[in-house]
Amino acid sequence: MSENQTPARDASSPVPTPAAGTRLDPWIGSYADRTHGMRASEIRALFAVANRPEVVSLAGGMPYLEGLPLEALAETAREVIAQRGTVAMQYGSGQGDERLREQILDVMRLEGIEAHPDDVVVTTGSQQALDLVTRLFVNPGDVVVAEAPSYVGALGVFRAYQAEVRHAPLDEHGLVPEALEETLAGLAAEGRRVKLLYLVPNFHNPAGVTLSLERRPRILEIARRYGVLVLEDNPYGLLGFEGEPLPALRSMDDEGVIYLGSFSKTFAPGYRVGWAVAPHAVREKLVIASESAILCPSNASQIAISTYLATHDWRGQVKQYQELYRERRDAMVSALAEHLPDASWTVPDGGFYTWVRMPEGIDAQAMLPRAVTARVAYVPGTAFYADGAGADHMRLSFCYPTPERIREGVRRLAGVVAGERELVEIFGTTPEAEGRVVDPPGPDLT
Amino acid sequence: MTTTNVLVLAGGLSHERDVSLRSGRRVAEALRGAGLEVAIHDVDDDLLPALAELRPSIVWPLLHGASGEDGSVRDILELVGQPYVGADPRASRVSWSKPIAKTVVSRAGVATPRFVTLPQSLFRELGAARVLESITGALGLPLVVKPAKGGSALGVTVVHEAAALPRAMVDAYAYGETAIIEQAVSGTEVAVSVVDTGSGPEVLPAVEIVPREGPYDYDARYVPGRVEYFTPARLDSGTTARVAETALTVHEALGLRHLSRSDLIVDDDGVPWFVDINTAPGMTETSLLPQAALAAGFELGDLYARIVRAAFGG
Repeated sequence: MSENQTPARDASSPVPTPAAGTRLDPWIGSYADRTHGMRASEIRALFAVANRPEVVSLAGGMPYLEGLPLEALAETAREVIAQRGTVAMQYGSGQGDERLREQILDVMRLEGIEAHPDDVVVTTGSQQALDLVTRLFVNPGDVVVAEAPSYVGALGVFRAYQAEVRHAPLDEHGLVPEALEETLAGLAAEGRRVKLLYLVPNFHNPAGVTLSLERRPRILEIARRYGVLVLEDNPYGLLGFEGEPLPALRSMDDEGVIYLGSFSKTFAPGYRVGWAVAPHAVREKLVIASESAILCPSNASQIAISTYLATHDWRGQVKQYQELYRERRDAMVSALAEHLPDASWTVPDGGFYTWVRMPEGIDAQAMLPRAVTARVAYVPGTAFYADGAGADHMRLSFCYPTPERIREGVRRLAGVVAGERELVEIFGTTPEAEGRVVDPPGPDLT
Repeated sequence: MTTTNVLVLAGGLSHERDVSLRSGRRVAEALRGAGLEVAIHDVDDDLLPALAELRPSIVWPLLHGASGEDGSVRDILELVGQPYVGADPRASRVSWSKPIAKTVVSRAGVATPRFVTLPQSLFRELGAARVLESITGALGLPLVVKPAKGGSALGVTVVHEAAALPRAMVDAYAYGETAIIEQAVSGTEVAVSVVDTGSGPEVLPAVEIVPREGPYDYDARYVPGRVEYFTPARLDSGTTARVAETALTVHEALGLRHLSRSDLIVDDDGVPWFVDINTAPGMTETSLLPQAALAAGFELGDLYARIVRAAFGG
């Protein structure tokens, strides 16, 4: 109806009392400053379709658990409750179950770490250890140096504690020592206090690369010289596809490194058990912080894992995972070579991920809706930077889908890239240099 | 209607799956509170067997985007003789396409911003720079660029300078091969819902949307806090009446049933401009139709149950 057809009614009636506005959240004025950055980006919403079977998801980081001895694990769980129920269902030590801490030493010995059970703090996944360490060390505005790119879940923790993340680049051999030196020198010149250097040295998430043996002592020496504590996050270290694991940074420096380990990838994430190994003084504070956060890690989970380690061939299970993921890595890399020859990618020697540089001009974040329409999902590179960089990359996971699904997913992706390339050619756009900061997908994404 | 018997459809494979799942859960919960037996089902290869087995009295498609709103799921429901809530396939199809809906609504006398609908292929044929130049020449700035089909502000950009147009086009085409570019109208943004519980369409109070931080984008829509809502909208009574009249005209011109939500902008002269129509409006905690219904004194479960009964009877 046009203006002149509008009935001229109520023209003289009084203006009604304005309604009070609502922001649909009566506590809107009460949130802490750190909460304001929490957003539900449309990117995160697009992942909602990723778990549908029609969609090949190369986005999530869920381990593939079909090969676990589930019947035997069920029996173990039954025994834990039936025979040790009054302990398993009870509160336990804030530092974690002592037998499990001893067994964790056996696991870590595979990467050259010699420690004492007292040095170990068991946590609810290594993610909680990451949170506790950040809580202990980082004031709002303090700087954390992380690799470029870096694990999205760590960036989320650093953001929650209002740290400023500065990235130092990595290459196919991991974090570049010269670049780290330059970053730290620059920050020192700015008068900035750097509290942590956060690293994923093995089979990096998302980059897939491994810090070379030659660089490890150099990185430690630089961190020591600038007085920066190293936070070594190592969930994938035992999942190498060839050769022996490289010695952990912690094996080279007891005092300057906090080491984070996890059973989530080498066994299963369901029990939520990880750990931290820290220098004595730090470890005392970690235990107190953990007790204030959760009182104690789950006794039932710890006893179940401890029993698994004692009664199952866990090394054989890790070996099975290595073979499974190597086959999937091979499928991913050969599919990329076949379908996306003008992209480039890392060839990981272990772990879950490859990091793909898009062909010239393609913005992986802008392209995601098109990929969802084509029934394939990935995580845009922007998720792995605190500063909005990374639009010219994507992370592809090969851990969960079968080799056939991986090949199909990459084939679909190639069609998506071709469509996007046409668009880019028409409009002459380039990836956004400083795009939007992207929230991580949920952990239950396949 | 006896036991069930409402089957809520939620999910689907669209870009708005997440919103649909949330809407579905909220409506199902409200209907259960009103004493109805309700099941929720995704749109997948198990749906038709489930329909045959459950034999619901009525289906409520709370699907946002793609097959949920373009009429195709409703086509199938018609085909199997299944009564459902909301617009029929033809009306859904017309409403789902923004350019067609705008044209129909405009013919009914409602103001709608000037716009142009452009398939991606046209830019290749005519050259992007020239086409964009002629668009800014004819429509001026600012402009709103959006996918021709879709909701939840996905792929939508408000463009204030010509240099930002190419990026906005790329973002819109990521959601579909046709985009519309329309003049941005400045004014008061309102959403006006219409419900029909059997005695004819009834206009609910307009909800005024005032973004407090940044644009009214996906995040602002679904996370409480970034937007302040005023229900009823802070309009004088004459404008309030015009806005209601406009929503009713839109609802009827597009041949909609049971419920709809018109998104309008009221300019400084009090003229309501039609921007978008939603035949399956969002029903989440932060959605606009439920806010309007509450402000009108409805109890949500009761209102939804009445809509269901009207659809069953009609």
